Amino acid sequence: MRMSRTTLSLAGAAGTLALTLAAASSARAEGKSLTMCWAAWDPANALVELDKDFTKETGIEMKHEFVPWTSYADHFINLLNSRSSECDLIIGDSQWIGGAAENKWYIKLNDFFDKNKISMDTFLPATVVGYAEWPKNTPNYWGLPAMADAVGWTYRKDWFAKPELRAEFKAKYNRELEPPTTWDELIEVSKFFTGKEIDGKKVYGSYIFTERGSEGITMGVTNAMYNYGFDYMDPEKPYHMTGIVNSAGAAKGMDVYKELFTCCQPPGLTNAYMQEGLDAFKSGEVAMQMNWYAFFPGLAKDPNVGGDKIGFFMNPKGPTGQFSQLGGQGLSVVAASKNVDDALLYVKWFAQPEVQQKWTDLGGASASKAVLLSDAYKKSAPYAPSFVETMGIVKDFWAEPLYVPLLLDMQNRVHDYVVANKGTSQEALDALVKDWKKVFKQEGKDPS
Amino acid sequence: MNGTNATSTLVDRRAAVRTAPPVARRVRGMSDRAIAWLFILPTMVLLLAINIFPLIWAIRLSFTGLMANLPNPARFIGIDNYVDILTDEDLWTNFQITAHFVFWTIALQVVIGLGLALLINHKFRGHSFWTTVILLPMMLSPAVVGNFWTLLFQPQIGPFNYLVGFFTGIAPSSFTMIGSVALAPWTIVLVNTWMWTPYVMLICLAGLRSIPDYIYEAAEVDRASSLRQFWSITLPMVLPFLMLAVLFQAIQAFVMFDLVNLLTSGGPGSVTELVSITLKRAAFEKWETGYASALAVILFVTIFGAANVYVRALNWVKQQ
Amino acid sequence: MSAAPSPRPFSEPSPLARRLAAVVVVLYAVVAILPLAWIGATAFKSQADAIAYPPKVFFTPTLEGFVDLFTVQTHQPHDFIAKLPPPQTWYEKIARDRDMVIAGPSRVVERFLNSLIIGFGSTILATFLGTLAAYAFSRFRVPLADDLLFFILSTRMMPPIAVAVPIYMMYRWLGLYDTRIGMILLYTAVNVSLAVWLLKGFIDEIPREYEEAALVDGYTRLQAFRKVVLPQAVTGIAATAIFCLIFSWNEYAFNLLLTSSDAQTMPPFIPFIIGEGGQNWPAVAAGTSLFLLPIVIFTIALRKHLLRGITFGAVRK
Repeated sequence: MRMSRTTLSLAGAAGTLALTLAAASSARAEGKSLTMCWAAWDPANALVELDKDFTKETGIEMKHEFVPWTSYADHFINLLNSRSSECDLIIGDSQWIGGAAENKWYIKLNDFFDKNKISMDTFLPATVVGYAEWPKNTPNYWGLPAMADAVGWTYRKDWFAKPELRAEFKAKYNRELEPPTTWDELIEVSKFFTGKEIDGKKVYGSYIFTERGSEGITMGVTNAMYNYGFDYMDPEKPYHMTGIVNSAGAAKGMDVYKELFTCCQPPGLTNAYMQEGLDAFKSGEVAMQMNWYAFFPGLAKDPNVGGDKIGFFMNPKGPTGQFSQLGGQGLSVVAASKNVDDALLYVKWFAQPEVQQKWTDLGGASASKAVLLSDAYKKSAPYAPSFVETMGIVKDFWAEPLYVPLLLDMQNRVHDYVVANKGTSQEALDALVKDWKKVFKQEGKDPS
Repeated sequence: MNGTNATSTLVDRRAAVRTAPPVARRVRGMSDRAIAWLFILPTMVLLLAINIFPLIWAIRLSFTGLMANLPNPARFIGIDNYVDILTDEDLWTNFQITAHFVFWTIALQVVIGLGLALLINHKFRGHSFWTTVILLPMMLSPAVVGNFWTLLFQPQIGPFNYLVGFFTGIAPSSFTMIGSVALAPWTIVLVNTWMWTPYVMLICLAGLRSIPDYIYEAAEVDRASSLRQFWSITLPMVLPFLMLAVLFQAIQAFVMFDLVNLLTSGGPGSVTELVSITLKRAAFEKWETGYASALAVILFVTIFGAANVYVRALNWVKQQ
Repeated sequence: MSAAPSPRPFSEPSPLARRLAAVVVVLYAVVAILPLAWIGATAFKSQADAIAYPPKVFFTPTLEGFVDLFTVQTHQPHDFIAKLPPPQTWYEKIARDRDMVIAGPSRVVERFLNSLIIGFGSTILATFLGTLAAYAFSRFRVPLADDLLFFILSTRMMPPIAVAVPIYMMYRWLGLYDTRIGMILLYTAVNVSLAVWLLKGFIDEIPREYEEAALVDGYTRLQAFRKVVLPQAVTGIAATAIFCLIFSWNEYAFNLLLTSSDAQTMPPFIPFIIGEGGQNWPAVAAGTSLFLLPIVIFTIALRKHLLRGITFGAVRK
């Protein structure tokens, strides 16, 4: 391979140029702008549309930084930790609130709300507690509820309506084929559909979250465990977990989730979260799908499985109650931002009732009572009634500053048992209590 | 220098020095000694700054309970981290998983690599073209490769299961390579072997080509059978090359992170959680910086120790 | 290299043995290359085809994947799209056909640019430093040379993840986190070990007589280096540079852990090329294919030097 002198000098020049480019600082764009940070999904695209109104009204350009869910927490928590000014506004996950408050990542909004007459009473209480408050259940607000979300279920209405299937089901289980209302029914219906040939394809009963890396399987399993007796700690005695996290009911809940995974999950989906569920449902692979309500507007409009073919139901209940895992995020102002005043202006604009309504219309999910509790909303979409009801029964994961190790430990223990068949559910939960005690000790709390 | 004594440059360190003239010769302009130091110093400084200084820092950190995402300063906790590591059953399992991975991928690479080298050495028409084709996988980014193999292994939509089904009659959706506890450890072995067998093959090929003709001609005169020739000529002369390849590949497999992280994320459960993945999680997800530093130090020591022993063995083999 | 034909493990293989060997090797090569072929094909599939089951071998090719890769699009209702002016470019049309509107360029271009900048920057620096150090080790009797050389080699034995922990702390402290300079320095430090070993081997092969002659003619050592040695080492330098470039191009772990967005290169980014909520396989395949293409070209260009490169110059043909 012979290279002429000229080529070598050209390469040298290219390299020097590269080094210079790297060393040069990036120029700031002219004119006012705000950078909004969130996760990359359908509602984020809706936000881009919504923000055009803000730009029209105020002349401030809205830039968006969206990161995929699998790296959303890693990426932004890193950013916030290093006090970067990259984001002015951030729609952060409900879990981050503890860390954000204690490490002063966000600006506390109480004064701002008072001055601008923004009342938290206009939002659903669960969203205020979940997306804005730290410590929980105290009036200290670090965000404005922006995206109300929880886990719900979709099902193939057209399959449930097929007469042959209805007859077969009735004969077998002595009741009508309807969307399940309890987890026992959910398992029955799932098993019923698994293995059948519908529209020329082998189908499976249900799709549930199994993702290992970030939060997927935890966000799924809690929907079973909450309803069988699992809770995070004794409400009377903070950080007292023994006997509550690893109660017999909690173990049973995990067993139920594992049963659903083993019998009815499509093959290969052992590390799957939101998108794979959508793919499985849209391609006609499953009869029922667990996913976030945030995706339901898109599904309802889907050309393959939307319209009349799709139905929605709330997370089924269990022996001890009916809860659904809370999702959703709140809008916060990053303390390290260089455009705090403009960012607050955006918050004020976003909180307006008209904007909240348009937000929902475009595909977001406002947490405002005025929007969600209106009659118009209930009739606006097939998932609306169950969504409103679900937002009344939500429960959230830890939002402690050290929530990440807590979450990772649960991801580890749950995935080990549910997917990798390691040990028993009781053993997994006992180990989890040990893990969590260790984390809380590091935080300086007194766990038991 | 031709290829016959080729491995000596790496392991017989003295050879490099023996042929150079003394440094302190004065010629016009800057003295040789000055030039030598001027030329070597920047490299050394860079390596000290980016490799040695952090290593020392890591050793210091390993004796603290620092968590890098909290503002609290590091507390000295002595050897607590090391004790934690050495008594952690789960971590011991991770080491076993790593050992299983390293052993099997090396074994397969050696067998397939050597086999391919022997076949290519028949020098059939077009063999250099096909050699280049086989070499492609090892030049790719392991992370990117790991990622697209997840698509290939999807039971429903990926071609791998269908190909297996096509040739063996097993239903494609009845098994999953990266999702099953039994198969996942073999899957990572499979993909790593696919990627790195060309490496071993190339080195063995060099070894085979360095064996001079006359040795075989002499063996022919002595009427040695092909098998005998292979056993007593080919294999011993290829062995140093093979051992070199094994050294590089073993280190590479032991510290493997990219490929497995993207292929299985250590799952299902922790069935393919190599030590490097455990380290990454401890350091960059749980932010247990002190603990992770201790684990890092243990890994350094393990690799250096094993490599040293191995290089001695390799030197011994070369003497034979 | 002797003039006689290359040695063979057994006595001259029969034509049958040769043909059998050819069949086996070609079979292996084809099977080994299949995954790459599949990814290349997926880059040209539509989303539905990419996740079709059973997997499609024959399909109508489309450039959707590439459009998705390079642009950010938003989903819009039909009536909104109907009201827009007709699409101006072929990629606009592709997006519109799927009820999407292009909202701007995606971040792939920045990542590609970063890969280029960090790749070339670290390569130039490592090759430069490596050439100097290799020359010194080759021509002069440096004290403790063998220990220094082994030290240089041993820096490559450290597990990247392990090294990343203290380097992360160091970079945060120095303000080098998520900067291109930081990544260039790091990759240079890793590459320089390879560069020194490779270049020493190349320079060792340049006969010393030429420099000696130049020195006798009155050149200084430095002039002899520049005018006599370097031109002859150009091939070696080029080969070394390409190996360094390949490492920097492919590197994942350090980039994942030490950057967040400004200095992020392609490898950490590719698995997360998202579509409407998750992984978009045609786009990922498109990104992967484009990313792997330079490597394929380099490999073919470098094939005579591959052996030397992958063994740090320890083995040469």
